[in-house]
Amino acid sequence: MYSQGLIGADTATKETAEFLAEFQARIDAEEKIEPNDPMPQAYRNTLIRMIGQHAHSEIVGMLPEGNWITRAPSLRRKVALLAKVQDEGGHGLYLYSAAETLGVSREQMTEELLSGKAKYSSIFNYPTPTWADIGAIGWLVDGAAIMNQVPLCRCSYGPYARAMIRVCKEESFHQRQGYELMKSLTEGNEDQKAMAQDALNRWWWPSLMMFGPPDSDSQHSDQSMKWKIKRFSNDELRQKFVDATVPQAELIGLTMPDPDLKWNNSLNNGAGGYDFGEIDWDEFWRVVKGHGMMNKDRIRARKKAWEDGAWVREASLAYAAKQKANAA
Amino acid sequence: MTENLMPLWEVFIRPRNGLNHKHVGSVHAADAAMAMQAARDVYTRREEGNSIWIIPAASIVASDPANAEENFDPASDKIYRHPSFYDIPDDVGHM
Repeated sequence: MYSQGLIGADTATKETAEFLAEFQARIDAEEKIEPNDPMPQAYRNTLIRMIGQHAHSEIVGMLPEGNWITRAPSLRRKVALLAKVQDEGGHGLYLYSAAETLGVSREQMTEELLSGKAKYSSIFNYPTPTWADIGAIGWLVDGAAIMNQVPLCRCSYGPYARAMIRVCKEESFHQRQGYELMKSLTEGNEDQKAMAQDALNRWWWPSLMMFGPPDSDSQHSDQSMKWKIKRFSNDELRQKFVDATVPQAELIGLTMPDPDLKWNNSLNNGAGGYDFGEIDWDEFWRVVKGHGMMNKDRIRARKKAWEDGAWVREASLAYAAKQKANAA
Repeated sequence: MTENLMPLWEVFIRPRNGLNHKHVGSVHAADAAMAMQAARDVYTRREEGNSIWIIPAASIVASDPANAEENFDPASDKIYRHPSFYDIPDDVGHM
């Protein structure tokens, strides 16, 4: 989702060469950049865009899973899912706070999400028709997110890096509960096993797309790597995710929906890794551009939440103003 | 979205007695009571602390990063403020 945040980013700079060189020297020395420090406008814009989209992804990401809270099959699963969805809300809030330190308001970010101007991760535009989808999301979607987020803990922008450290600490439980859920389905009857395999079939490729377009098409990545906003390229992270996840599927008797998947000794500088099939980038761009299965539903749900909450925001502000006036 | 902006509050948490309150992030809320509730929900879901301070963000006075050099660099050449600047006999032991 974080690499997707760079799609369409404006990385043009207008500052003097001297200023840019000085800034780059701070970055190269691994100094963190803090909110009021001088920074190139493009560095600021890239981060506003990236952190904002990351925050929106957390908030919209509550919807596919929230769909199953009332139907969780046991109390154990229900408390886990409630805690996970609440965490996603919390992660969104840490990230909005971090973005606000760059001079954008929460209201503006909300408006950009609701109007469709700001994007969120394409993964949340897929539906969750079965209970196994909750397992697949925790295992694969949170797994891919962790792969992306761990290097972001070392992002050159201090508030983003600090928010990511909190998020990563909490995210590990999300992936483990998802994998445990999938494992228990694979230990069940034939229908339950088939449900787990079906969820994997539907979520595997969209999870690989979460890392963003291939490096050959990702024109904004270079500058972001140079500024140490990102530490690894999209393809590097995607390969790490595939190598980590394939053995996890094998361990619980599930099969990746990719006939081209095979071990290759020469990958990763001779350490070995998995070759995998062609990703359907047309599907990726369709979903990013608003034509996924759930894009309209997700925005409609966020709009409804925002509009239904308007009277609460107005009343609480009016009450606070009245209390203040009474105290004066 | 023409409504008033929801005020911003900075949140500080003390992990346990004996430690300082430390800045952890911020929340938006109409008043102090709601800010306290939001800070508790957002920042202490896993026993992160036993005490919360919230401060209106607008009340914080911060030093200007543009003045960082004149504010903080003069301290770097005052090595006589550190104990290692002074020569004393090894035989004196720990001092």
